Amino acid sequence: MAKQQASTPHNMTATLTPCSITLKQTESTLEAAFSGAWVLAADIPPLSPVLAQLDNKGVKRLVFAMQGLGKWDSLLMTELIRLIDEGKKRGIDVDTRTLPEGIQGLLSLVYAVPEPTGRQRSAAPTQWLAVLGTAGLDLYQDGQAFIGFIGELALSLLALLRGKARLRPVDFWRQIQDCGPSALPIITLISLLVGLILAFVGAVQLALFGAEIYIADMVGLGMSRDMGGLMAAVIMTGRTGASFAAQLGTMQANSEIDALKTMGFEPLPFLVLPRLLALICMMPLLCLYADVVGIAGGALVTVNFFDISLVQYIERTASAIHLKDFSMGIVKCAVYGVLIALSGCLRGMQCGRSASAVGDATTSAVVTGIVFIVIADAVMTLICNRLGI
Amino acid sequence: MATPCLTIKNLTLAYADYVIQQDLNFTVNQGDIFIIMGSSGCGKSTLLMNLIGLMQPVKGDVLYGEDSLWQADHQTRQRLLQRTGVLFQSGALLSSMTLFENVALPLTEHTRLAAGRIRQLVNYKLALVGLAGFADFYPAELSGGMQKRAGLARAMALDPEILFFDEPSAGLDPLSAKLLDDLIRNLRDHLGTTIIMVTHELASIFAIGTNSVFLDTETKTMIAIGPPQQLLAESKDPKIIRFLTRGETAARPTDSPKTPAV
Repeated sequence: MAKQQASTPHNMTATLTPCSITLKQTESTLEAAFSGAWVLAADIPPLSPVLAQLDNKGVKRLVFAMQGLGKWDSLLMTELIRLIDEGKKRGIDVDTRTLPEGIQGLLSLVYAVPEPTGRQRSAAPTQWLAVLGTAGLDLYQDGQAFIGFIGELALSLLALLRGKARLRPVDFWRQIQDCGPSALPIITLISLLVGLILAFVGAVQLALFGAEIYIADMVGLGMSRDMGGLMAAVIMTGRTGASFAAQLGTMQANSEIDALKTMGFEPLPFLVLPRLLALICMMPLLCLYADVVGIAGGALVTVNFFDISLVQYIERTASAIHLKDFSMGIVKCAVYGVLIALSGCLRGMQCGRSASAVGDATTSAVVTGIVFIVIADAVMTLICNRLGI
Repeated sequence: MATPCLTIKNLTLAYADYVIQQDLNFTVNQGDIFIIMGSSGCGKSTLLMNLIGLMQPVKGDVLYGEDSLWQADHQTRQRLLQRTGVLFQSGALLSSMTLFENVALPLTEHTRLAAGRIRQLVNYKLALVGLAGFADFYPAELSGGMQKRAGLARAMALDPEILFFDEPSAGLDPLSAKLLDDLIRNLRDHLGTTIIMVTHELASIFAIGTNSVFLDTETKTMIAIGPPQQLLAESKDPKIIRFLTRGETAARPTDSPKTPAV
């Protein structure tokens, strides 16, 4: 047995009487005499001689002698439990009555509740085929849950429109505040930088032809058709989608959602609809704002680093982009808003009841949200391309 | 001769300017089951936070044996607190870890024991609280009472000299609460652990408490100290009597002959 050292301060007794087990066999009874200080910091003898002696056919009974025992703690207990268990396994009668009262008391606690046999966990499958199959089934169930969630949301939206459900205005406006104005600083920063980067990247190529004025076209079209909305959506996934999932997940973990249900509030209209509607209302506005800030970022680069005046830049931008470019970006962004709110709220509502489950829900909300956004963007861009918009 | 284990000196508890308790002075002796009682909101849990190093008192000090907790530097404080174990009200198990990992955490991080030894110790502690065979379960898969017992197993992992309990029997059925009381008394009797308990569960207070302090909300200080049975029998303060008899003053054994005790 390896030498063990515990660094817990209270076990650091300066001098410990060395531990030993002395075995004495009289007829069929084996007596194990423990002596010394059996504490975690001590260097204890191995149990193997005792176990070897127990294997001896003649031994029918094991008794303990504890007269020489000094200090003891959990270490002695674990060794005794091992001896008792090994003895029982060999059908030997283990007599614990000679143990000190304290040890007997603890042992009776240890053996008070028998180990449940039916409640062992089934180990997770490790075969690659099983892992793949489980992952596939999970994906299928996830898809089902998502479609079910959309259906329920549609029903509660219908109930709202028919006046059968009520949206609490205060909740709605609080969500509007949260999804809109509160997000402006980060949207400003990111969009401005994206505008700057677009302008710089484009300028390097366009300068080869002396066509720096077309930076305005590139930044304007890039921001309004795609980048403005996409950036706003990615930011809002990380910011608001994650916050939806964490809020709803924590409410689930704290039984708050159960409490709402018992008070007669359906969680979907009460919690999810205000968030969904607020995000759908705010996303187009954020997108428009991101477009304008991005174009301003482009102007900043063009005017400062190239021989183009602000008026020229604005004129060029105005002639390059049309209403349809802006509207395309805005419509896309409204779709992203639906997807962000859906993934955030769904993951929050699916959350388990522990801190780690809330973390998982948040992660999953952001990942799902971003995946959805990128897929939706690709599909919508393709459609617009085919339609010639 | 009783040896002082924990001494509370002139302690004042406050949140910013709002004083909750002041001038607390009492001593917990080794081997005591010491009860901190008082009505809800009197600052029992706040006092506990000051004792276990989670919140710095505004004034006063806490002595572990001879060593000051709050005058000491960070490392000394960590060393002192390693001698203690705390069972929080809801168990406070780490939900991303199994019971085994929860109980093994202090052992793997604070000792240099071999993995096999740690496994034996963890299984022993779990068996001690009646959770043998649940080592691979996550806290979320267990009932509230089981979570609480697992929390106790974790608090006991390092064989602490002092165990703190925050409302141990809250949310347990009477039988489980009784078993927990028995377990606490066993730990005290057999391991010599000093127990400090915040509770207002009268059954537990009388069953296992050997000494107690009563915190009062109105005067913002302690108004009684002594074994709970003795407080019930001898105290003249109506507040304490009302508390210890759940307001049913008639139940007091030494009451006037007109209303005999039932």
